Formats: sequence, structure tokens, C-alpha cells
Amino acid sequence: MVKTLGWLTALALVVGLLMAFVVAPREVTQGNVQRIMYVHVPLILASYVAFVVLAIASILYLVRRDPAADRLAHASGEVGVVFVGLGIATGSIWGKPTWGTWWTWDARLTSVAILFVMYLGYLLLRGTIDDPERAARYCAVLGIVAALDIPLVHFSVYWWRTLHQPPSLMKPGGFTGSASILWPLLVNLLGFVLLYAYFVARRVRLLRAEAEAVP
Amino acid sequence: MSLEPVIRVIDVRKVFGLVPVLDGVSLEVRGGEAVALLGANGAGKTTLLKILATLLRPTRGTATIAGHDVARAPEAVRPLLGVVAHGAWVYDDLTARENLRFWSTLNGLAVGADDVSAALGGVGLERVADARVRTFSAGMKRRLSLARVMLTRPRVLLLDEPFAGLDQRAKKWLESRLETLKAAGAALLMVTHSFGRELGIADRLAVLAGGRIALDTARGTLGPDDVQRLYAAHAEEGL
Amino acid sequence: MSYARRALAVVWKDLAVERRSKETLNALVFFSLLLLFVFQFTLGADRERLAAVLPGVLWLGFVLSALLALGRTFLVEREHDCWEGLLLAPGDKSAIYLGKLLGNLLLMLLVEALVLGLFVVFFDIDLSRALPGLVVVVLLGTLGLAAVGTLFAAMTANVRARELLFPVLLLPVQVPVLLATVKATEALLLGEPLGAVAHWVKLLVAADAVYVVVSLLTFDVVLEG
Repeated sequence: MVKTLGWLTALALVVGLLMAFVVAPREVTQGNVQRIMYVHVPLILASYVAFVVLAIASILYLVRRDPAADRLAHASGEVGVVFVGLGIATGSIWGKPTWGTWWTWDARLTSVAILFVMYLGYLLLRGTIDDPERAARYCAVLGIVAALDIPLVHFSVYWWRTLHQPPSLMKPGGFTGSASILWPLLVNLLGFVLLYAYFVARRVRLLRAEAEAVP
Repeated sequence: MSLEPVIRVIDVRKVFGLVPVLDGVSLEVRGGEAVALLGANGAGKTTLLKILATLLRPTRGTATIAGHDVARAPEAVRPLLGVVAHGAWVYDDLTARENLRFWSTLNGLAVGADDVSAALGGVGLERVADARVRTFSAGMKRRLSLARVMLTRPRVLLLDEPFAGLDQRAKKWLESRLETLKAAGAALLMVTHSFGRELGIADRLAVLAGGRIALDTARGTLGPDDVQRLYAAHAEEGL
Repeated sequence: MSYARRALAVVWKDLAVERRSKETLNALVFFSLLLLFVFQFTLGADRERLAAVLPGVLWLGFVLSALLALGRTFLVEREHDCWEGLLLAPGDKSAIYLGKLLGNLLLMLLVEALVLGLFVVFFDIDLSRALPGLVVVVLLGTLGLAAVGTLFAAMTANVRARELLFPVLLLPVQVPVLLATVKATEALLLGEPLGAVAHWVKLLVAADAVYVVVSLLTFDVVLEG
């Protein structure tokens, strides 16, 4: 099952990246650098998926105390943090030649940076607690608090600043870019979400093997 | 007294990391009965006590108190317990009296000033009732802890070295209080690594060694020397 | 009824211990004075620059004091093994959280009032018009900090690297509270009425509600240690 997932992921990513770097039109003002967007946006969106899964798995764990839910939260957190980190990095690489700076404290970037630090803290908490049952419980609580905090972070930061490109995918009026940009974006989004799922599946397997090795 | 076991430990295992501290422990304590559990330091006595006190979960096996599973229904078990462990549960900056009042209120009990004074008197702390616990010796703190437990009139008593650090008068007081509780139907489990006064009130003796119960017998008329011999015979580690 | 009594018992206990040992209070007062001096040396000369950064500096002081106070809130339980006692007390454990929260809130508000007073005196700030609005904002902001702070303090109390982990976990989660309070304070100090920062106040109220409810619901899970 995981193998199939792996193959599907590879397929989606290969197609998606081909579309992004070969098929999609060259952006008029920004040049080829803009193609990073096809990787940057899916990475960030896939990380949002990761954190939603983490929140739900955390609630499930507290309710059912099922170690499988905890393993899912753990793996999701790890993959999510990596994706956010890569997302921020690709964003910076896109930003430097395009807007002249590696970083700016606008609403979107600030929110994502806070997200990154919050979930790094999640992994740090896991790392410092030796007792697996206590780690599971504490991280579940932290995961829920962080998840509930995200809308608050979003609004407070947005009210504080607004400079980022107006969100083109999630604006109420709908997507305003052309189809030739939308399709590569969607395929890559699928690819990266599948990649997230694949990594989480592999990681959960590893975690379960580690847990079962204990007498 | 009652024939139903109040404390039941069934094949409990507890593993810390890769080390099995308890490896299949089974024990029962009935209402109105006192069991002294002997074992060397590190044998797992405190671990077993903590599991029964709902502070730790067993890796495998079940422990129940009055029919409630300690791991699955800790909140049902806690109101029944009186625990005296290594930590004294006293706040240094409060007086003895204030400590007793705080812990009683926290446990949902309505104790009047007289009950508190009586409890302090019983452990011989009436003269320092309004002194800060910071000035107390270890033995005095232990006595305060015992007073705290006695105020709650528990149905199950879990005691870790209860007579350690007490003078003769306090030992006599504790003995009589424990006998009273026993007579009222409470189940007592006392854990110790020495052959002291616990034996006087114990109805049964058990030895914990190698992660298991190596001996479980009625005390009868055995004296401390007999017990020591029995212990040496059954324990793998000496004392 | 017993719930309220138990919560109040915890409040009373914490305040009594603090009043007698004065450990946390002393540390906080000393720390606030230190902050005052540091801000004066780095910012005091230029009145205009000071006025511009004052809201941020003020809340920086509040947050750092909060970290100090909240980080220590379960210290006394840890030091005297009273943690188990709290855990084994029958009944809803959230009463303990509530008691701790109220105690922390009182302590923090006391120190904040002191810091504010020092700022007014040493930096010659006129608070007369802003004060009512400021009180509301400070109350709501402090509640937000204390609510999550008490929960996280319980979580990190028995964990390795506690002093490092506690601020690392708390600060990112508190960003909404920090932004809202600083922005609202800024507007109020410029003479705007409370109504002008209504959206920030609403955010604070929503945040406080979320934090307190989640903490009440999950505290016993954390206390289980």
C-alpha cells in the first residue's frame, strides 16, 4: 500500500515538476525564477495539511489514548516542519531576485515563520521527554493549543501588516491567474501532498517498529 | 474482617526503558488486614506502591482497588487512598496547621479547627502547630504527613517506610491509629526494607525479590529474627 | 461548591507562600527596576524615540516578567514533592489550574502596576486619558499570558531543560496577544479612544476565551505527569 503511494507520488511530482519547469509559461516580469512558486506554494499548503492532521491526531489521542494516533501526530509534525522550512527557504530564493530581499515581515511570511517556530517547539518537547506516554500526552495538548492558536495568529498578523501578494488561490473571487499557471500548480500541490502522505506513512511504520521493540 | 480483597495486584509488570523492575507481581490485601511488603532497596517496592497510588501505570497486568482498575479509573480510586510516601507533601512556608487545612480543603473535606488540632496533637506537633514547616526536622515533617493522611480516614492505606524517623511516642501513636483504621475495615499495605515496628501490626508478610513475590505468608507469631531468616532464605539479594 | 473552595484554597496557598518567602516577588521587582534602567540608558535620551517605542518596551517588560513569574509557578510543588499531592486530590483537577491562574494573575498584575508606575514617574508619561482603556488592555493581555503560561509551566515543570523549553513554547503561541496589546497600547497612548482599537480588544477576548477553556479541559492530562 505504501509502495503504491510512493509510486503515485513520484508520478505526480515528475509530471508536476515537468509542467512547472518546462510547460508552464515564462513569467513576463519575474523571469524563470518565478517557477519556484510551483514548489513553494505546494510546500506551504502541504504543511498546512500536515498541521491539520497533527491537530486531529492529537485530539484523537487524548480521547482514545491510542498510540497509533500519537505516532501519526509525531510523524505529521516532523514532515510538516520540514515542509515549512523548505517552503520558507524556497520563498526566500524566489523573493531575493524578485523583490530584492530574502525576507520581509509582511503578514503571510510572519504567520508562516511563527507556525514554523511553534511546531519546532513541538518537536523539541518530544525530544526532551523520555517517557513515551508522557511525551504523547504533552505533545497532544501542545498540538491542540497551537492549532487553535493559528487562526488567532493569522488575524493578528494580518491586521498588523499587509504586503504579500494578494492570495491568488484563496481569494473569494476565485483564482485570477490563467489556466496554464493553475494546472501545474494543482498537479504539484497534489504531488507534494502525496509526498507528505508517503513520508508520514514511512515514518509511522518506523515509529511503530520502534515501539514494538520494547519488551 | 471482610473476606473480599480490597487491593488486588494481578501479574503486574513494570518496565523502565529496558529494565523490568516488576516482573509478574501478584498480591492481595483484604479489608481490615495489614500486609508488610519487604524487599531490598531497588527491589521495586516503591514502584508497586506508586502503581497502586495511581501515580504510575503498569506495563502489563492489572491492579484494582475496591474493584476499580487503578490505570483505567484512577479518579474512582483516589478518594479511597491515603498515601504516605517519601515526599512529605508539605509547604515549607506554611505552618503545620495551615498545611493540614490546605490539604484537607484540597481533598474536599470539611475539617474543623478542632479536627486539625486533634490531628496535630496525635502526632505530637501541637506545640509547633503555628510554626513554619521550614523549621521542622525530617521526622516532624513525616509526622505532619501522617497527620494529613489520618484526617482523611482512608479506606486503603499505602505506606512507604511509615515508622522511619519517628521517636517512640510517635511510633506508639501511629501503631494505635493504624490498628484503629484496620478495625474499621481499612486495607493497609506497608512497604519497608527493615524489620521494624511494621511487623507488629502486620497480619501477613510478603517478600519482593527478583521482581516477583518470593514469599507471602501469615505473620502469626513470628518475631523479627524469624522474619529476617525467612527473608534471607527467599530473597536473592541480602539486605 | 467544593470546586470553588479548592480553587480558592490553591490561590490562598500560593499567595501565602509568596507573601512569606517573597522569592518570586523580589525577583520580579528587582527585574523590573533593572529593565527600567536598561531602557533608560538605551532609549531615554531621545524623548521622541522613546514615545515611539514605549508600547513595545512596556510590553516587553511585562512579557519578560511574565516568563519569570510563570516559569516559577510550579517550582514550590516540584521542590517539595507536592505535585503528587495535587494529583491525588480527588475531584476535578481544573480547580487547581484555576487557582494557580488566579494567583499568577494577581501577582503579574501587581508587578505590571509597579512597572507602569515606574515608567510614568521615570519617563514622565501622561497616562490620564489613556488609563481606563489601558487597564482593560493590560487585564486582557495578562490573562492571555497567564492562561497559557500556567498550562505550559505545568507541562515543562518536570521536563529536562525546563528554563529553555518554557519560553520557547510560550512565546510563539502568545504572538496574537503580544501584537494586540502592543498595537492597542500604542493607539491608546496616542490619545485614541478604546473604541478605535475594538478589533484588537475583541481578538484579546477571543484569545483569552480559547486559552482558558482549552487549559481547563486539558490541565488534568498535563498534571498526570
